[in-house]
Amino acid sequence: MMKSDVELITSEGKRLDGRSPHDLRKIKIEAGVLHRADGSCYLEWGGNKVLAAVYGPREAVPRHTQNPLRAIVQARYNMAAFSVEDRKRPGPDRRSVEISKVISEALEKVILTEQFPRASIDVNIEVLDAEAGTRCAGLTAAAVALVDAGIPMRDIPVACAAGKIGGQVVLDLGKEEDNLGDADLPIAISPRTGDVLLLQMDGHLTVDEFNQAFDLALKGCHIVSELQKNAIMQKYQSVAAEV
Amino acid sequence: MQNEGRQVVIPGQILGETSGMRPGRGTFVENKKIYAERLGVLNIQDKFVHIIPLRGRYDPIVGDFVIGVVEEAATSNWMVDINAPYPALLHVHEVPWEIEFADTEKYLNTGDTILAKILSVDESKKLQITLNDRNLFKLKGGHLIEFEPSVYRRIMGKKYSMIENIQKYTRCRIKVGKNGRIWIDGDADGIEKVLAAISMIEKEAITFGLTNRIEEFLKKDAKDDVR
Repeated sequence: MMKSDVELITSEGKRLDGRSPHDLRKIKIEAGVLHRADGSCYLEWGGNKVLAAVYGPREAVPRHTQNPLRAIVQARYNMAAFSVEDRKRPGPDRRSVEISKVISEALEKVILTEQFPRASIDVNIEVLDAEAGTRCAGLTAAAVALVDAGIPMRDIPVACAAGKIGGQVVLDLGKEEDNLGDADLPIAISPRTGDVLLLQMDGHLTVDEFNQAFDLALKGCHIVSELQKNAIMQKYQSVAAEV
Repeated sequence: MQNEGRQVVIPGQILGETSGMRPGRGTFVENKKIYAERLGVLNIQDKFVHIIPLRGRYDPIVGDFVIGVVEEAATSNWMVDINAPYPALLHVHEVPWEIEFADTEKYLNTGDTILAKILSVDESKKLQITLNDRNLFKLKGGHLIEFEPSVYRRIMGKKYSMIENIQKYTRCRIKVGKNGRIWIDGDADGIEKVLAAISMIEKEAITFGLTNRIEEFLKKDAKDDVR
């Protein structure tokens, strides 16, 4: 187990930023913020600031990437150079290639890809400011952007993480908790069916702790899902309510 | 036709059960329940649940009138961009001119705008369009603007009332394609007015009484012109 001088969680269950173990960070979601993209979303999740843009469906190029039966989903996760301390070297690295892949696969499961043979649906996720849990924030933003683009989907996917700090299972790790904690468990689900679309784990958890963390993350997902739906409704209902 | 306001629905939202309703466009069925598959406005007609999309690419349907831009002239066909996910093929047999082999460029070349009709859409979404019909032709001059394809019906209005109004007050020639493209020909002031009206329609697409408000807006501007 990692030793550190910082007490991440007090015996009363108070965390560094004052949250209790089952609290999420503050989340703000706004749909349709870009004019050039077919769909877009801006999301703030604690200190994370993420912008997602969707293009397509459009013909996939190069041609050999096309699937004659369904559309391909190409998500591209990218961190801005200024998103972290000490400047991140721009361009794809091993980490962002992996995250792009798992997000693509998670989104592919809910999009009705069979309606667009040979096409590609491109999702660009730009992390402007990072503070732990960017893949969850990115996927959540991408989902809203897809809805905003009018892409047919079975459900609006949503992601949230749980983890373990100071021997205790908590929801939605912050930066210090992620760096100094014991484990991090980001998951993405389809909230309507409860299907798991993404599940990764960093660190060590016992089976009991894993189940506990999983249930906690699941609850978090449902809370975030409501925020997503509100953001979309706010954007499109407002026009209907005007008159 | 309009039932108790307009309800906005989002993907995965439950709309009803197959026992009492039937799934229409923009919906899918899972375990005998009907769900919305995309963002749109709910529309129930004769037990059929439809979703009128609010956003999204143009989905080509056979018989639609579309405005295309020629991308490429090949020896016996043209590839035309019609704003759909896929380019459309226009074969030399589907144009009203006699064309000698490899003479395609003389008639239509890259960048030319045409008013065409969707001829066929096959299983793998290969599109074919035609110019062989009344009122289909090459559009010369004029301006091409794009709009959200989902508001096509609002731009046309009931029995074309909206588009006729716009034409009347701006004295422009206007052709509207179902694929989210409008071609306008007229003087600069007129074109500007059309642009303003279209963006107003786009913004307020799901509100009531839009046709009247647009007419008022156009009238006001028309008066300014007289002065």
